[in-house]
Amino acid sequence: MSEAANLYGVVARFDSPESILKAAQQTRDAGYEVIEAYTPFYIEGLDENLGHAPTRLGWVVLLMGITGLLVGFFMQYWSNAVFYPLNIGGKPLNSWPNFVVITFECTVLFSAFTAGLFMLGRNGLPRPYHPIFNTPGFEDATRDKFFLCVEAKDENFELEKVKSFLSGLDAEAVSEVEY
Amino acid sequence: MASISGKPPFKETNRVIAKSETYASIDDTVNKPIEAAPTKTPLWWWIGFVMAAGLLGVYLVTITVLITRGIGIFGNNQPVAWGFPIINFVWWIGIGHAGTLISAALLLFRQPWRTSINRAAEAMTIFAVVCAGLYPILHLGRPWVFYWLAPYPNTFGLFPQFRSPLDWDLFAISTYASVSILFWYIGLVPDFATLRDRARNTFMQWFYALLSLGWNGSAKAWQRYMRAYLILAALSFPLVLSVHSTIAMDFAVGQLPGWNNTIMPPYFVAGAVFAGFAMVNILAIPLRKAFGLEKLITYRHIDNSSKLMLATGMIVVYGYAVELFMAWYSGVEFERYMAFNRVFGADHGWAFWLLIFCNLIAIQPLWSKRVRQNMTLVFIISIIVSVGMWLERYVIVVVTLTKDFLPGSWGDYVATFWDYSMYLGSFGLFFTLWFLFIRLLPSIATSEMKELQHHDSHHGSDYFEEQRAEEFSKKGLPV
Repeated sequence: MSEAANLYGVVARFDSPESILKAAQQTRDAGYEVIEAYTPFYIEGLDENLGHAPTRLGWVVLLMGITGLLVGFFMQYWSNAVFYPLNIGGKPLNSWPNFVVITFECTVLFSAFTAGLFMLGRNGLPRPYHPIFNTPGFEDATRDKFFLCVEAKDENFELEKVKSFLSGLDAEAVSEVEY
Repeated sequence: MASISGKPPFKETNRVIAKSETYASIDDTVNKPIEAAPTKTPLWWWIGFVMAAGLLGVYLVTITVLITRGIGIFGNNQPVAWGFPIINFVWWIGIGHAGTLISAALLLFRQPWRTSINRAAEAMTIFAVVCAGLYPILHLGRPWVFYWLAPYPNTFGLFPQFRSPLDWDLFAISTYASVSILFWYIGLVPDFATLRDRARNTFMQWFYALLSLGWNGSAKAWQRYMRAYLILAALSFPLVLSVHSTIAMDFAVGQLPGWNNTIMPPYFVAGAVFAGFAMVNILAIPLRKAFGLEKLITYRHIDNSSKLMLATGMIVVYGYAVELFMAWYSGVEFERYMAFNRVFGADHGWAFWLLIFCNLIAIQPLWSKRVRQNMTLVFIISIIVSVGMWLERYVIVVVTLTKDFLPGSWGDYVATFWDYSMYLGSFGLFFTLWFLFIRLLPSIATSEMKELQHHDSHHGSDYFEEQRAEEFSKKGLPV
């Protein structure tokens, strides 16, 4: 376990997507599990190399999309056929083809906002402070540098060992990061 | 217009990203103009912004007069109850559609070149939808009760009439506007984080930090982000098709000659994309010059968007042909007369022939690569197309309504001063937002561009690029 109580983890800096992909794989092979990478853009395969499970976002969106579909349709059905029946041009009260457009729009509305807001929420945003921001030179994580963090929470975490391990992975710099 | 990054003129290229760009240089090229101090804002920006703000003033005056005096200030009357407000509404919303198609459809079709222009095109979409959405609200007569269109529990015990296309419009446009803003904002979050980390003063740091929501770029966050982005693209694509189809159904569900056609939805969608790509060209060509973005928005982008303009333009022209054919083939006297009146009518026949010039003849030079590589020509053709698409809506709305069934109820339509001032004013709204956008927000999606750069370094086809370069240099075009 961690030596210092307020240690967040050890962070190594890399200068290319290729090197962080390799480093992530090696860190995981070395038995570390609570690890995370911070990159300026999405790097295909990095989540797999870090051992992250696939996201379940798609299922949540599907569920909310179906909800939107039902809400959209029954809102129209209930209000125009049950609550206040409207006879428009002699059409049947449940003239469902006329309800298709709004049903579709509600489906899209519900699923799109679920996709966007659920993604932000699960990522913990908005969150102004994060210990990783204490890493020296972290401004470059949104520019052209790639960071790999082994967190102190990891079961195998031993400060000196982690530091020397990360230094061995052609990292540009290795630093201890506190909360 | 001078480049404010102060670099010498670039060698133009037909690659998606110029060869020498790195992750850091993409960042710098896009973000430098945004970070410049307010006093360093280039003169062209101030000129553009002040002109736009002036027109916005015209808009506000018009709205004030409209609210105090009522919609009698417009030329709308019987029989033409749908005049400029509907024409301009359809025109603006059509322009917006290209932005969504670039950001969503081209993403799904794996067209990497869309990355350079998707941010600006999405901004264009949102501003155009704002301009469009205000029209139906303002010409309701009592704009302050527009929310009556929405279903909500109320003391009247009433709900909207959901079988009416006008209520479909409300749902289509409000969904489209909100989903477009969401898609745009989600795309901006990582770029706000970049700007936050680049910020050199506290104000900028706070401003962009708040907007970035604390994005830190962790791999897990990126994983969810990419999934959400893909889902949003997959939802936006059918959404954009549905929006203009719904608008077409405002016409097609009516039983007036010239409106009651099944071809209306697809033909309206094609027209929207046509007008939209024209507007993309009109905005992107000066933007790339003014901000020195020639290495990121290259000839390739303008070339491709001109090709799309040509293709959708020809679909639209096919639509005109089918409309006329169906009018004849239907055997309905009123349809036949409407078609005759549209083409040869003494009152508005000029609009039809001008429309044919703008949307059929003026786009034909785009078959030539040399024309598509000439920014000035593409810019001029795009403006002509925008005029043409406005005329199309004018022809559809006005010609049909002036002479429909009984000659006794025929009438003419003349737009008033306030009709024109409102149209002009809506440009003020659009361009004020546009100038603020290019000054304050990154007009190119930098994180996506970096990803594209990374992707290309592994999967890009050098062979294809070399073949193309050789072919282009033989013809004397930039490679």
